Amino acid sequence: MDGTALLTITVLAVFVGFEVVSKVSSTLHTPLMSGANAIHGIILVGAIIVAGQAAEPWILAVALLAVVLATANLVGGFVVTDRMLHMFHARKDAAKTGAAADGGGK
Amino acid sequence: MSLLDPVWTSLLYLAAAVFFILALRGLSSPRTARRGNLLGALGALIAVVTVFLAARLDNIPWILAAMAVGSAVAAPVARRVKMTQMPQLVALFNGVGGGAAALVALLELGHADNPWVRVAIVFTLLVGAVSFAGSGVTFAKLQELMTTRPVMFPGLPVVMAVVLLAAVAAGVSVVLTGSLPLAVLLLLLGLAAGVLLVLPVGGADVPIVISLLNAFTGLAVAASGLVLGNVLLVVAGTLVGASGTILTRAMAAAMGRSVAGILFGAFRGGSTAGSTAVSGRPVRSSSPEDVAVLLGYAQRVIIVPGYGLAVAQGQHTAAELALALEARGIEVDFAIHPVAGRMPGHMNVLLAEANVPYESLKEMGEINPEFKTADVALVVGANDVVNPAAKTSSGSPIYGMPILEVGEARQVVFLKRSMRPGFAGIENDLLYEPQTSLLFGDAKDSLAQVLGAVKAL
Repeated sequence: MDGTALLTITVLAVFVGFEVVSKVSSTLHTPLMSGANAIHGIILVGAIIVAGQAAEPWILAVALLAVVLATANLVGGFVVTDRMLHMFHARKDAAKTGAAADGGGK
Repeated sequence: MSLLDPVWTSLLYLAAAVFFILALRGLSSPRTARRGNLLGALGALIAVVTVFLAARLDNIPWILAAMAVGSAVAAPVARRVKMTQMPQLVALFNGVGGGAAALVALLELGHADNPWVRVAIVFTLLVGAVSFAGSGVTFAKLQELMTTRPVMFPGLPVVMAVVLLAAVAAGVSVVLTGSLPLAVLLLLLGLAAGVLLVLPVGGADVPIVISLLNAFTGLAVAASGLVLGNVLLVVAGTLVGASGTILTRAMAAAMGRSVAGILFGAFRGGSTAGSTAVSGRPVRSSSPEDVAVLLGYAQRVIIVPGYGLAVAQGQHTAAELALALEARGIEVDFAIHPVAGRMPGHMNVLLAEANVPYESLKEMGEINPEFKTADVALVVGANDVVNPAAKTSSGSPIYGMPILEVGEARQVVFLKRSMRPGFAGIENDLLYEPQTSLLFGDAKDSLAQVLGAVKAL
């Protein structure tokens, strides 16, 4: 792909990035940061490409280190974000059961 | 031979990019957040499967083994980490991502035949290394492996300037010559710059720096996408870079600070340096029974939870106390400061873990006018977020940060471990006010004793 096309995509992605998070409430700052953190773990794709093209042992070794680091970022990031958000979910359920119990008491 | 032709590869990468955008949008709203995160993971899965099918790759067993190692290390840690320690884990994951981007750029130097690609390589190397080392230092600070206070030494601005100048020189040389040893030197200079950047940042500002470094890693990933000519990396990295920048500013605004002030404040000697001195002024200390009487005969109680509550794992006891008080017909609410805990929104996560119902969590703007009508404000392990110095003393490091106005309540009770100042390291004048009483001890123990005394009333 030529340079100007990549530049166009980059600039458009900047605006999308600004736009999608512009209305986030402070409650979700931490999960959002953690989720965004997981997304940049996609550098794994780059690490895999480099490792797959490595011809010399030292290049392969460094590339595999990059694969390990990137996988940790990607997998760990999504898992920890899910755990955080699971608690928000559990809270909603707890509120629901609480409300149901109240209703039963009346 | 690759299994996928380039058109299909591009379309699958496009699908992954769309999932990432939907993920970020989903994460911006409580209702869709969890689905958003899963969409992001799905996008990542599509992308990783695609790269295996699309590119002609050697060493596939090695790559799969490396991915297994990375997952085997990260997934259990992410699953088991205590929610109080979650901020430093996010810092760690962010750092390794930045490190991976820097390594990818380093290895691509041999393939870079045009100077523009080498510009992108230099950028990735430097920013990725800064993110890696900076995140390492924030991890050490949050994990309290080192002091949480700003670390300053007299020549720091000069050392930083020398490192940055050297990095620029090395960067220009790498662009011109493509020399690998110089690229390694640039990597090392980037690591040094990352450490120097974060060392002077202290106390409550550390989470904002994590968010900033998160945006940095995004930019490094985007630049590595330019190096590899991979559109998905460009889009995903740019998305994170842009949204991370907005998020960093939002977090800083919630604390009444500017990002530049946080990064460069310490260089001017104005970051959250605070004082370690504890003055000898008298305070009114109290017993669990006294606190129980105050609470048990009140009509309206507002509980202000802080990091001390979380670190003592006292969320569940606090929730029980709220139930016991409500059983006596007392109106109880939790007042949540946007930066309570160690990260914006952290306290909501922690109280959600303790099953505190959503309706009794009140945000700052909603609860502040209600402190006037409260008989007792019970501050559990919080300090900086209720410190009136943020409103009254313009010289204070936290000046301008919005606070919970617990001073307006008729009685204020602090459950504290000691007179030691909070994370930002500033003394709280509210502790010495006549309507304030203090109960010293571990937040969970104190709460349990108060709970027992309330039940015995």
